[in-house]
Amino acid sequence: MKANKNENYNLPKEHVQVTPRLIISYIVLAILAFLCLFFFYILIINSTRNHVQIQQGFSFLPGKSFLKNFINVKNDANIPIFSGLKNSVIVSSCTAVLSCYFSALTAYGLYAYDFKLKKPAFIFILLILVMPTQVSALGFIQLITKMNLMNTLYPLFIPSIAAPAVFYFMYSYMQSSLPMELVEAARIDGCGEFKTFNRIVLPIMKPALAVQAIFTFVGSWNNFFMPALVVSSNDKKTLPVLIASLRSADFLKFDMGKVYMLIMLSIIPIIVVYILLSKYIVAGVTLGGVKE
Amino acid sequence: MSGKKIKSKGGAVSYAKWGYIFILPFFLAFAIFQLVPLCSTIYYSFFEYYRSGLSIIGPNFVGLDNYKSLFESDFLEYAGNTFVLWIAGFIPQIVVSLILAAWFTDQRLRIKGKQFFKVVIYMPNLIMASAFSMLFFALFSDIGPVNGFLATIGAIDPSHPIRFFSSIGWTRALIALMNFLMWFGNTTILLMAAVMGISPSLFEAAELDGANHRQIFFKVTLPNIRPILVYVLITSMIGGLQMFDVPQILTNGSGNPNRSSMTLLMFLNSHLYSKNYGLAGALSVILFIVSAILCLVVYFSLNKEDSPANSKHSKKKAKH
Repeated sequence: MKANKNENYNLPKEHVQVTPRLIISYIVLAILAFLCLFFFYILIINSTRNHVQIQQGFSFLPGKSFLKNFINVKNDANIPIFSGLKNSVIVSSCTAVLSCYFSALTAYGLYAYDFKLKKPAFIFILLILVMPTQVSALGFIQLITKMNLMNTLYPLFIPSIAAPAVFYFMYSYMQSSLPMELVEAARIDGCGEFKTFNRIVLPIMKPALAVQAIFTFVGSWNNFFMPALVVSSNDKKTLPVLIASLRSADFLKFDMGKVYMLIMLSIIPIIVVYILLSKYIVAGVTLGGVKE
Repeated sequence: MSGKKIKSKGGAVSYAKWGYIFILPFFLAFAIFQLVPLCSTIYYSFFEYYRSGLSIIGPNFVGLDNYKSLFESDFLEYAGNTFVLWIAGFIPQIVVSLILAAWFTDQRLRIKGKQFFKVVIYMPNLIMASAFSMLFFALFSDIGPVNGFLATIGAIDPSHPIRFFSSIGWTRALIALMNFLMWFGNTTILLMAAVMGISPSLFEAAELDGANHRQIFFKVTLPNIRPILVYVLITSMIGGLQMFDVPQILTNGSGNPNRSSMTLLMFLNSHLYSKNYGLAGALSVILFIVSAILCLVVYFSLNKEDSPANSKHSKKKAKH
């Protein structure tokens, strides 16, 4: 222990001088970190203060109206926050599950089997990898109108079965971590193809699945464009649509404590998950994306 | 499809069938929810098709008329807005990300708390853009905390607050600031990974030759992360093309003042919302063509790296 401490002590002493460059870098980092955190700090503070206090100006210390704001939001029939939360959770969870499972399935299909259309299929998915879905929004709206799915939650998650970016991540992960010998061994043991995928491949893919589940969940949680076009009735609205309807109402007449509380309720779940899993999320950003 | 044939080849089991079965759901979902809608979008872009009052006009074939009236409307101006808003966020984003990536990976400059900074700067990327813009709208409104703070420190007269959302410059600057905050952490992490992928011997050699950190950055780091810079640029352009949530919420869908913050997707959204299908179709087709070009660039930049034929590692080593 002692020796260890000495070593640690010696190393930096040789290399780290407090250069002007180091000082500048800390100052810049501090400013950026401040920018990233400050707005959320005000958000949290203001959600604990009542309307009058917020109007009076700015404060660094929290108020005592957190519960009151919460109850006010809960009792406001025009902003059904809890059905919004529920809808968002349903849509985001289904999106995460569907896109992860079927992307892994597709990636496995292209990774483990040889067939005529393998290469064209792969090239096709890479070609549409970053294609925005909004370009076909017009046809999509008409399609789901014909299917009688307008103003329901289904159109918000079923299309995520085809998620090219998630597929690409899964495929890259299989290339590095799924030895074909394992699949062959399972076959020799008489394991069927679907069973091999569900019982052997999926458990190996767990780290990749977890990372992508988080990203697709968050992406769907924050998605605004499509839900704004698809859902119209209050009880079907997801959180971003609720916030938009709050914005289009006469803003100045609103209880500001309620406004801040609503914003906070829609971003706090994500921040909590992020703080708990930040290590994996930050590492996951680069995992399957683009490799240098 | 061709699965039947192979079984006759003396005993060898073919699994080709399973490949098709496994990729079927993806392609089925893609065909139903993307391809068919895309085709009908393109189809309707050639038709007169809109709602007037309670009745629907059309669809009547009008050829390229929708495209003509699109270019006669404010389309080009909105395209310009989208570009300005994107570039105003992207330039600071790429500059700051490059600097941070260089600092974080510099062996001589030992920054402590790297993990903490990474976690903090990545956080805004996960925040709901619409909630974030609503927050900015509340903070920067005439009676909001920012004006309150400026009045407290005596920077402004309390009866004359800065009207951020009546000024073209401020509105655009705030949108750019939000885009910057949401994306610079992500870009930093991507670039850091790229810099750490460069062979350390290159940096050592440069140091032995007496290069200072500026020379190392421009002569070693930058040229070696060019592929990922291209990727960041292109994906950011596609993201910029899709810019919607922030200006939509901040300006309540109006793009005001003077429609100076109206982006292409807000334009599309308003046409879709008012069931102006012909024009929405034409606009979608133009967006599709631009995205398709960008997709091709991404495809080729990925393919260079990923092609199974040339083993990646040996290629990379040989280059140096």
